[in-house]
Amino acid sequence: MNARGEEKCRRVGLSKRKRNKNLSEKATCSGHGEDSPYFAGWEEYRRNPYDPLHNPSGIIQMGLAENRLSSGVVEEWLSNHPEALMISNRDLLKDLALYQDYHGMPAFRTALANFMGALGRNKVKFEAERIVNTAGTTAANEVLMFCLADPGDVFLVPSPYYPGFDRDLRWRTGVEIVPIHCYSSNNFQITKSAVKSAYKDSQNRNKNVRGILITNPCNPLGTTSSAKTLKMLLDFTQKKKIHLVCDEIYSGSVFSSPQFHSIAEIVTRESSTPDNVHIVYGLSKDLGLPGFRVGAIYSYNNTVVTAARRMSSFCMISSQTQYLLSCMLSDSDFVECYIAENKKRLEERHKLLVSGFAKAGIKHLNGNAGLFCWVNMSHLLTSNDLEGELKLWKSILYETKLNISPGSSFNCMEPGWFRVCFAESNITTMEVALQRLQRFAEKYKAMY
Amino acid sequence: MSMNICEQEFTSVSERATCSAHGEDSAYFAGWEEYRRNPYDSLLNPSGVIQMGLAENRLSFDLLEEWLVKHPEASVNFQQDLFKELALYQDYHGLPAFKKAMANFMEELRGNKVKFEPERIVNTAGATAANEVLMFCLADPGDAFLVPSPYYAGFDRDLRWRTGVEIVPIHCYSSNNFQITKSAVESAFKEAQKRKMNVKGILITNPCNPLGTTSSAEILKMLLEFSMKKKIHLVCDEIYSGSVFSSPHFYSIAEIVAKQHYMADNVHIVYSLSKDLGLPGFRVGAIYSYNNSVVTAARRMSSFCMVSSQAQHLLSIMLSDSNFIKYYIQENKKRLKERHNLLVSGLAQAGIEQLDGNSGLFCWVNMRHLLPSHDLEGELKLWKSILEEARLNISPGSSFNCMEPGWFRVCFADMNMSTMEVALQRLQRFAKEYKIIANAKL
Repeated sequence: MNARGEEKCRRVGLSKRKRNKNLSEKATCSGHGEDSPYFAGWEEYRRNPYDPLHNPSGIIQMGLAENRLSSGVVEEWLSNHPEALMISNRDLLKDLALYQDYHGMPAFRTALANFMGALGRNKVKFEAERIVNTAGTTAANEVLMFCLADPGDVFLVPSPYYPGFDRDLRWRTGVEIVPIHCYSSNNFQITKSAVKSAYKDSQNRNKNVRGILITNPCNPLGTTSSAKTLKMLLDFTQKKKIHLVCDEIYSGSVFSSPQFHSIAEIVTRESSTPDNVHIVYGLSKDLGLPGFRVGAIYSYNNTVVTAARRMSSFCMISSQTQYLLSCMLSDSDFVECYIAENKKRLEERHKLLVSGFAKAGIKHLNGNAGLFCWVNMSHLLTSNDLEGELKLWKSILYETKLNISPGSSFNCMEPGWFRVCFAESNITTMEVALQRLQRFAEKYKAMY
Repeated sequence: MSMNICEQEFTSVSERATCSAHGEDSAYFAGWEEYRRNPYDSLLNPSGVIQMGLAENRLSFDLLEEWLVKHPEASVNFQQDLFKELALYQDYHGLPAFKKAMANFMEELRGNKVKFEPERIVNTAGATAANEVLMFCLADPGDAFLVPSPYYAGFDRDLRWRTGVEIVPIHCYSSNNFQITKSAVESAFKEAQKRKMNVKGILITNPCNPLGTTSSAEILKMLLEFSMKKKIHLVCDEIYSGSVFSSPHFYSIAEIVAKQHYMADNVHIVYSLSKDLGLPGFRVGAIYSYNNSVVTAARRMSSFCMVSSQAQHLLSIMLSDSNFIKYYIQENKKRLKERHNLLVSGLAQAGIEQLDGNSGLFCWVNMRHLLPSHDLEGELKLWKSILEEARLNISPGSSFNCMEPGWFRVCFADMNMSTMEVALQRLQRFAKEYKIIANAKL
């Protein structure tokens, strides 16, 4: 954990464990990342979860980026296609039970490739043979780090970034993250000078930069990168002969303009085969299926496809699940309907949240994607620093009983920003949450 | 997709991506490739390669099929909220019902002589992941684990590739039926120390792959005492614990631990449903650790290799059906024994001896008398002849790090009876022809 992280833990009152010498360094260090407010808030929620009947004064979870809005669409498809779930065909059952080839079922990879194409409005064709299956995107990101970098090497990651990266990219791989700092002054967009600055910073520390990793659409910002920004990153990485990893896990959760551009579109336009570009995808967010553990690496680099595929022995997708999804995602009518309906529901819910913020006098970053809003509560800080942010987070958690995630856990440089998730609870719960937030903001206004 | 890497690629990748620690450049995997290119089929390709190199259990699959057809509720009923619950369930603690069912199953496999606590189970997507997670938790890069040889070819990858841990073999020999001796363990320990490696533990498979034998209680006790004295870990991969079909009795390390009056917090068990239940495709593995810190750390690491909630649900129902489980275990053993007997008698007819085995899905077979030369080169030549002439894919002992050339692992549970008979006839013909050639040379 870096110095800022350790400082965070100290202030939040979370202690580091004493090193147990019989275990590995990895087992005893805090590289698992769980000693942070991001996870502490989840713990509090677990201890005291809101329920409209049984626990109406409990904590409302707004810190988990899950999509429960469109489960009904998936359930309806399943009720019309029971054969995808209940394997009563004996030959098929045997095939599935024995299928442990890390290449993955061809039908599944084809269906996934088609789905990824559909998410990008079919502007790009994805080749099924370049897909490497992994049990979730957590595994995909880690496998890529193992393939692209050696221990001690650096990956540049725009901040604010998903807290799980501290664990996924670094813990077992030994790879380091150097943030590319983004600021509210230009809506947290990635600039070329910020990239160069981070690159230089690494070089000054005698670190070997092996690549850049971005999430697009971005977690926690809820925005998409422009084609211009993607091209800038592609050009920069190719010039420096480093990798570009694009985590596009929210590509099916873009609900308004501007339009989403996958790095695959930029690559196609350039009509080159850039062997330094790799895409990460998964069905946890867009399809709301995190329990099934379905992730993928899509790489334009043959060596990486081969190496990642071999490594996927450690994180293969259950054949039963591959079969279910190959049936579902091959149904192009369903895919078309789901993508459209999911966008509609996300947009509605996002609007509800945003209007609720407005009533509470809280500003947010204009977002068009993802399952969350990046919200500016700096005007509610008692002091404009990390301590002030954590105080505010605690008040909101313990007094207002809302679990939202403080910007510092996303490595945000400016105190007072919070990520608020909107797609995991039902409408009534959301309305209760917004009322609580409005009351809190009014109370604060009255006090100050 | 073109595999012509060198001329196309300019951006360098990691050392781990390009080194050969993935282990696939070995005869063990090369044989599988040959099989894939030219697989035997009784109707469509009767002269193809018969696969006897894959330790899979296909003998009792019909029992699982029957159960699944009778229990559609195990395959997720979308009409209730159950589907949504499972689809969203991503807690690395794992479904409580699943862990309880796994614990019960593991107890049943050990004749209910020990109790397993569900909270000590860590789910992983297969035993491959379980072994690697344990290495990440117990050892640092450059540290050593002592592993009795011959050992499962996949360990070179699973234990070492991404972890940086080294394997130092505990050499076992045919002179005492490849049993692990205390002096061999001490010898390996000293060897590691000489090479300035920090020994962090011992890892055994029991029942053993490739030997097809189980470790005696004395040997397990010796290993437990040695590891406790040296303050190192003892990992027991018991992935074949449900595949013990004859005497001697199978002892799990859990039984030995239960008899001790102290907490053996250096002991960890690896299990999976890939072999005993014949379900490698579902990716269901587990770590069972007596060490709380290891359970916590391993659980966190299992974020990288979680078991699909769909599989957890199905198996929590199946493994909770104790009548079915009891019946399955018994019937599976019976079928393994029959098939093992068939192989052994077929080998005898070919004049080939094997190590007396009581478990697993394979036989450890002695073909030293067929070697053109008594060394690695001779073994690989013999392996190639068997692959190309007899068209049988069996695995040479060198890919299991066996010190003595001429031993081969022959799997018997991944084909049907008639294919096995064809394979045995081919082997008998091969051995006969070899005898004629050898005699002619004299």
